[in-house]
Amino acid sequence: MIEWLQFLWQTLPVFLDGLRVTLELTAVGLIMGFVLGLLAALGRIYGSPWVRRVCVAYIEVFRGTPLLVQLFLIYYGFPGIGITFSRMASAYLALGLNSGAYQAEYLRGSIMAISEGQMMAGRSIGLTRFATIRHIILPQALRLVIPAWSNEPILLLKSTAVAFLIAVPDLMTKAKLVAARTYDPIGTYLAVAVIYLIIVALLSEVMKALERRVRIPGLEVETQKP
Amino acid sequence: MDEPILKAQGLTKKYGENVVFKDIDLAVQQGDIIVIIGPSGTGKSTLLRCLNLLTKADGGKIWLDGEEITAPGHNEDEVRQHIGMVFQNFLLFNHLTALDNVMLGLTKVKHLPREQALEKALSELKRVGLADRAGHYPGQLSGGQQQRVAIARALAMDPRVMLFDEPTSALDPELIGEVLEVMRQLALQKMTMLVVTHEMGFAREVANRIIFMEKGSIIEEGTPDELFLRPKFERTREFLWKITELYGHKHETTQPTEDL
Ligand SMILES: Nc1ncnc2c1ncn2[C@@H]1O[C@H](COP(=O)(O)OP(=O)(O)O)[C@@H](O)[C@H]1O
Ligand SMILES: [Mg+2]
Repeated sequence: MIEWLQFLWQTLPVFLDGLRVTLELTAVGLIMGFVLGLLAALGRIYGSPWVRRVCVAYIEVFRGTPLLVQLFLIYYGFPGIGITFSRMASAYLALGLNSGAYQAEYLRGSIMAISEGQMMAGRSIGLTRFATIRHIILPQALRLVIPAWSNEPILLLKSTAVAFLIAVPDLMTKAKLVAARTYDPIGTYLAVAVIYLIIVALLSEVMKALERRVRIPGLEVETQKP
Repeated sequence: MDEPILKAQGLTKKYGENVVFKDIDLAVQQGDIIVIIGPSGTGKSTLLRCLNLLTKADGGKIWLDGEEITAPGHNEDEVRQHIGMVFQNFLLFNHLTALDNVMLGLTKVKHLPREQALEKALSELKRVGLADRAGHYPGQLSGGQQQRVAIARALAMDPRVMLFDEPTSALDPELIGEVLEVMRQLALQKMTMLVVTHEMGFAREVANRIIFMEKGSIIEEGTPDELFLRPKFERTREFLWKITELYGHKHETTQPTEDL
């Protein structure tokens, strides 16, 4: 145990280097996924039939195929049609597009739950459709979605490990290097597992704090629904 | 006769094959308080929603102050600010305080400066007896209080006419009185109102016209006395008898509340 801790201490700078990349992948994927997911959810609910079809296709394709296949298509496949992405850009793109499809479905559920009734109320005082979505529906839907959505950063953090397969220098890639150099795969991967675990625990806390922060007084029961 | 505030002619609404109502004619004059009664599923809610263009009618025309609002290209959002609507289930904006619920239309639709909107919103809350609840969220208010905020929210837009869709049906019996009292006050202030309700006491006392609707048609209309004492149709008599039996006269008398 003591030995392992010493080992961890010595290799920590390398791991932290990888962790930084892993967190970057998670953050960019999450933000890109949120923007795409919100657009796709809104498009699927309020869009014209054509817009709806495009959004459904995006959501179904990216939820229905493995992330790894999406990553390889972007990194290895796109150069074939003359578009080349760097390793990092490929990883961002794959994670963002993939997460967006999932976030779209979370958001769609909560937007529809709020939209029923609130759309009519908003429009009854003369607000336009767009203004009602912006001032009435989204502020409530974004709060309502938090409990379900809070899985996404955690799943995404763990998903970033696939970037290892196109040699993005993330936590996994660094772990592989350390394991090879120290001939201690067990110690190395245990250390990596512990690092992921700590980040996941921190993310959970952040989500809970966020949920508390935006809670609407008098609606506690609703926002705590699983 | 003066130009009606709200007029509908030949109004028809279908959902697929299901004809909700057909060829409805209606004229609401300045100061009218019209109560619409009728069995559930008759199309009363749908009619109100069509009148302020929340639902598109399949046939017929609607005029607001003589201007046809069903004409192609007419600005529907502009129309809706002049027609207040109160829903059975309140439909307050749950993420906003009572004050912000009332203010939203003033700032985002009428684009009033903040101070002016605030002042107006507060005075509307006062009008429904809830000035002291301005900072409360809907979840912190009783059903009766929520409905009064909803009324204030609609009033804040200075509508030409107010539509009420069973405003007390979702309320516990002890909370009905406070909402009816607010509506009585509006009647005294000569607000033009079109009210779907089963509160027969309110209808008899406040309405100048009652419309009995059944299966998507207007069966009979007249003054409260005409309908209650000398209905032309047996169906009207039967329905009024049933409804009075069911709801009784328990809310007929005014129930003053401490904050009114
Ligand atoms: N959005 C809708 N889609 C399909 N049918 C509807 C819709 N809204 C109302 N209806 C139908 O229209 C009829 C009248 O409903 P409604 O206007 O709510 O009646 P009321 O308010 O008199 O009880 C009912 O048969 C109902 O099923
Ligand atoms: Mg109804």
